[in-house]
Amino acid sequence: MAERLLEVDNLQVSFATEDGVVRAVDGVSFTLDRGEVLAIVGESGSGKSVTSMTLMGLTRGVNSRFGGSAKLKGKELLSASEEDLQKIRGAEIAMIFQDPISSLSPVHRIGDQIVEQIRAHDKKISKAAAFDRAVELMERVGIPHARGRARAYPHEFSGGMRQRAMIAMALSLSPSVLIADEPTTALDVTIQAQILDEVKDLKEHSDSGIIFVTHDLGVVADIADRVIVMYAGRVVEKGTLDEIFYDPQHPYTWGLLGSVTRMDRDPPKRLPSIPGLPPSLINAPAGCHFRPRCPHEFDRCREVPPLEARVSEAPDHLDRCWLSVEDKRSRREVEGRIGLVKDTVPA
Amino acid sequence: MNDEVGKEHREGERDHAAQAFKSGRRGPDAGTQGEEELRAAGRSLAGSDKPLLEAEHLQLYFPVKKGIVVDRTIGHVHAVDDCSIALREGETLGVVGESGCGKSTFARCMVRLLEPTAGILRYRGRDITHLGRRKLELLRREAQLVFQDPVSSLNPRKRVGQIVGTPIRLHGGDKRNGVEDRVRELLGRVGLNPEHINRFPHEFSGGQRQRIGVARALAVDPKLIVLDEPVSALDVSIQAQVINLLDDLQDDFGLSYVFIAHDLSVVRHVSDRIAVMYLGKIVELSPARELYTKPIHPYTQALLGAIPIPDPEENRARERVVVGGEPPNPVDPPPGCRFHTRCPYATEVCKEVEPPLAEYPGGHLAACHHPQSLAQGDLEKVSRSPLSPLGSAGLLPNGKESPVPQIEANGGSGLRGRLKRITPA
Repeated sequence: MAERLLEVDNLQVSFATEDGVVRAVDGVSFTLDRGEVLAIVGESGSGKSVTSMTLMGLTRGVNSRFGGSAKLKGKELLSASEEDLQKIRGAEIAMIFQDPISSLSPVHRIGDQIVEQIRAHDKKISKAAAFDRAVELMERVGIPHARGRARAYPHEFSGGMRQRAMIAMALSLSPSVLIADEPTTALDVTIQAQILDEVKDLKEHSDSGIIFVTHDLGVVADIADRVIVMYAGRVVEKGTLDEIFYDPQHPYTWGLLGSVTRMDRDPPKRLPSIPGLPPSLINAPAGCHFRPRCPHEFDRCREVPPLEARVSEAPDHLDRCWLSVEDKRSRREVEGRIGLVKDTVPA
Repeated sequence: MNDEVGKEHREGERDHAAQAFKSGRRGPDAGTQGEEELRAAGRSLAGSDKPLLEAEHLQLYFPVKKGIVVDRTIGHVHAVDDCSIALREGETLGVVGESGCGKSTFARCMVRLLEPTAGILRYRGRDITHLGRRKLELLRREAQLVFQDPVSSLNPRKRVGQIVGTPIRLHGGDKRNGVEDRVRELLGRVGLNPEHINRFPHEFSGGQRQRIGVARALAVDPKLIVLDEPVSALDVSIQAQVINLLDDLQDDFGLSYVFIAHDLSVVRHVSDRIAVMYLGKIVELSPARELYTKPIHPYTQALLGAIPIPDPEENRARERVVVGGEPPNPVDPPPGCRFHTRCPYATEVCKEVEPPLAEYPGGHLAACHHPQSLAQGDLEKVSRSPLSPLGSAGLLPNGKESPVPQIEANGGSGLRGRLKRITPA
């Protein structure tokens, strides 16, 4: 069995704001092993980015409160001191952000920025050796003429190349956990395909565990081994890639899968959609957070459903819905495909 | 009941206005004879007798300046380079391509938000390329836009009532009901609560803001809406809501859409025809379904191949061609076929000869010397489309030469030279 890298248990993150306490992450648990890609899927505001940033210690602040635990190779991250975190960041957990232009320093050369990170963690390495290492990394992620390009500034790079430079930087210390937060959202599809190929290559040739945060189910289907679906700060469903796509148990997952437009099929006349809007996290509805938007809601939904396995043949496929498995399987079909509700023409 | 009467009334008014526009009553300069001629030319180019908007050999070059004291022009960004298209009434034309391919610029040119450097634009058969501001008023009323970013396209200091009501006031529409009633009606129509008429944009979510943008566009009873990446900034579940709304509105009001997007799966869902652009050129124009089942241009194939399918099994089963490299600099586009630098099928001819838009059976157009996924016999029936760029060769993919029409330039030269008439060879 592969080594367990991350163990997140009942993670809670809340922020005090002027309007009240925002419960951004509410009881999230997952594990990450070496060599696997875990996708965290959800819409904006579902808490997927806060979860990943908390692992890096990037959400610490006077107004934030944490609960539960997040352990990296058995070491607690939530209570780690700032110095310990400095050592962990980059070397043990590295992160790739969505927007490379705002995550790179505009006034330093790309190569120097990578060198800086290498030398911050390894005081003994010489500048020249660190630079060679930076060039080597840039070559590895597919930047042509890497030696010359290392002396360029971020504005001289295209969007795809900047994202490659970010990946090179993240890889510079061979971290065991790589967190990619929407790394391809700002890129064109052809460039996205190139970056996804890089990530797949990484998965095969290094033994890092990768957490891939995205809202694009196409990207998930392409890259993930296991999937977590988040809604309003909670995990609503968790399972392997095939379980989530072919036997989705939570109505929100049906809605997500149903509202995706597909280019390999003739489009239905109307897309099944999810009615309504996500709730405010300050004043989230009692019980199941999805209740106000769910057409299958019933009395029991006022209690918070636990995240547990309900499909007997798949003990690792967990979901947070009170409906019985038979009910779910019969209700999730909308016009021959998985969907939440038939979208009707408004009167 | 009342609503229906109101709608009928507005429709009557709109038809009347359209009639006036068609017969050129608002523009005394439009001689009937010349117009007939133009319309006849439009008909042959469009291949349809009811084109709403036609762009012929539209070109827009942006100058690249250098120097602080002396403002020298050192080159041009070839944003839109000789693109022709005819938009039929009631259809949705999808325009796709990577960022920087000129799709937004092309669409904005089509409704004269940007001034083309060359080419001819016709609205309902009437030349609008050089119409002044006042004479353009009717086009402004009939063609509206919805933008990608619902945050920056709505004035944060104005209330929804003002945002949606301003176009109605400007165009002096619907005096009978009063502007506020009309705004309420529109808000209801796009799925917002009419009671929210006094709210500010920041009080709405992204999807709701996009609905405000749609309501504003609808306010003047347009015939054509240019949608510039209308759902790209929205979450998937909200995307589906907005797409369904746009679909309903099209059915109810008989709208034509130009739908710009980089997401090919969304475009398939909404479009009747799709134009694929690469570096300022239209490389493929096809009925929507055909484009996905039978992509002819290697670039289209590459785009389709790059999109991951939200279905794990089909994704694993699929063989994907990942195109390397990035689009070249549009200031100095490569000669010949612009895709040859990245194309896996490129040969010598691609580097030198610009391929014409060849017309394949089924109204499928593609500009490529090495067409892909053709059925047997397709290659024999190929002809040069009149939408082909002027600089493209007569050489068809089956090796035959076709006559290239000659152009008469009218006044000026180079970029400033406007094309007056295209005479068939």
